[in-house]
Amino acid sequence: MRIIVLVKQVPGTDNVKMDPETGVMIRSGKDTVVNPLDEHALQEAVNIKSRLKNVHITALSMGPPSADRALRDALAMGADRAVLLSNRAFGGADTMVTARTLAAAIGKLGPVDLILGGERATDGETGQVGPMVAVMLGLPVQTYVRKIELDGSSVTIERIVEEGFERVQVTGPLVVTVVKDINQPGLTTLRSKLLAKKAQLPVWGPEEIGLRPDQLGLKASPTRVTKVFSPKLSRNTELHHYVPGDTTRRLTDFLGQRDFIKGGLAGE
Amino acid sequence: MSESNHKGVLVLGEQRDGQLKQVTFELLNIGRQLADKLGVELSCAVLGDHVAGLEEILARGAHRVYYLKHHSLVQFLPGPYSRALIRLVRETRPEIMVGAATTTGRTVMPLVAAGMATGLTADCTELDIDLETKLLLQTRPAIGGNIMATIKTPTTRPQMATVRPRAFAPAQPRQEGGGEVVEVQPAEDTFSFPESFLEFIPDLTQEVNIQEAEIIVTGGSGMKSAGGFKLVEELARELGAAVGATRAAVELGWATYPHQIGLSGKVVAPKLYIALGVAGQIQHLAGMQTSEVVVAVNEDPDAQIFRVADFGIVGDVQEVVPELISAIRQIKSARGEVQS
Repeated sequence: MRIIVLVKQVPGTDNVKMDPETGVMIRSGKDTVVNPLDEHALQEAVNIKSRLKNVHITALSMGPPSADRALRDALAMGADRAVLLSNRAFGGADTMVTARTLAAAIGKLGPVDLILGGERATDGETGQVGPMVAVMLGLPVQTYVRKIELDGSSVTIERIVEEGFERVQVTGPLVVTVVKDINQPGLTTLRSKLLAKKAQLPVWGPEEIGLRPDQLGLKASPTRVTKVFSPKLSRNTELHHYVPGDTTRRLTDFLGQRDFIKGGLAGE
Repeated sequence: MSESNHKGVLVLGEQRDGQLKQVTFELLNIGRQLADKLGVELSCAVLGDHVAGLEEILARGAHRVYYLKHHSLVQFLPGPYSRALIRLVRETRPEIMVGAATTTGRTVMPLVAAGMATGLTADCTELDIDLETKLLLQTRPAIGGNIMATIKTPTTRPQMATVRPRAFAPAQPRQEGGGEVVEVQPAEDTFSFPESFLEFIPDLTQEVNIQEAEIIVTGGSGMKSAGGFKLVEELARELGAAVGATRAAVELGWATYPHQIGLSGKVVAPKLYIALGVAGQIQHLAGMQTSEVVVAVNEDPDAQIFRVADFGIVGDVQEVVPELISAIRQIKSARGEVQS
């Protein structure tokens, strides 16, 4: 069984900057982590490998050259191989073109049975790349997945939806995006980290994946960020230090005036 | 697909068990605003079988309902849904398509967008029309809500976006009437997908759908224990609210993951958000800061949650919350006496 895990390197802190001209995020390369939900995807691949024979895991990422750190983390967690898609031509891609780039690379990696990824990344938060990759590869997709049961050639999926859970069966290869409920990522050993640090890590550009520069990056992207601005966040906060008997009455008045206490007297 | 010959606005309605979801009416509101600005018609696609209330979609502002009716479309499956929708979009050529940022919308809209080789903007909180270019302006929070970005899809069609539930009020019934329900028979190849729906298991711990709740009471690690977290549930019951939890509270096992609010959980924007013992990490703020009214109780006067609060109480949740619950009960029972 061949598994590909899509891994994104994301900023570890919240102090990300955006280029005011292009609206593209500036990734400094400092203080980055593996997107947390992608860690769950990796862990799921590792868990499958521990249960079944002949499982091979490839971690695939697109990003700046420094994204090799995320892939080395993936190797330390248990991936057998990692490939980095990194080239100036890839820069500024929106979700559609990112998916196109990843799908082309997956095509070059050979046959695959399961493609895993996090449901969304903490920086872009779109959750679109996984499903879009599925369309481009002509594969079925399941999203918001919290349980994967493999049974021969079919997979039973449990996904979290607004009102509960859905169980779906899929036969053949598929793309699955996972939520954090699916597992608990384990700790990596120092030894596996050291090995991962020394591993050979191929870096692929447009030629290796067989796409022309005009099919890639910002230029090929159907969406354009045209404006960035600060949200109206500041509120006129009324701050009260708790005084027994008094402060909660002020709060119930506040809530009552806005009709939040159903059946309350306030405001009548 | 390029911009010529595309006209009209299409919104993607949602149903469960044949009942239209509230978010359908929210989409009709914003869809109609966009259609009116462009002087074009608003259509609404609904997939399912035996769906009730399609006339209500017309009454609430759509000129047309495309009813993609088939027993295999009763439950959401990404393959059949996306195939049926891509075919509809190819045939009806809308210039704009808007879906909900729900587990369904956030799954099927990327499939349609990739199928049409067009752009899609997730989780928009505002949509508007640029009057000069007639392009759709898609505005969404970015980078954990620290910044807003406006995005355009200049040349490919349709211009696609998902909007967050509750970002828009539901459309109200109108007087004008009219409109038509067009039943569309999905092509047979719609169903040649290797997916089959097994079952739906309702989450009984989540009586109120947190993203559709008008009021949410959220507890953080400041509730100190599983027993302390019960105060959150008690206050929520008193206010008819949904229960939310921070990542820390979920990791401590005081609440289940479907209740988690923040970047790695759900993004919510209720009318009233009450944060109890919540420090206000940026990941959490990003999931709730567009709430209409925010109340926060925390011991630490410098807690970040107060930055986004309208009403803050610096105090011990174990003291404040029980007193608040009994004050609300008094108000309610007093009203009960007046009414009786």
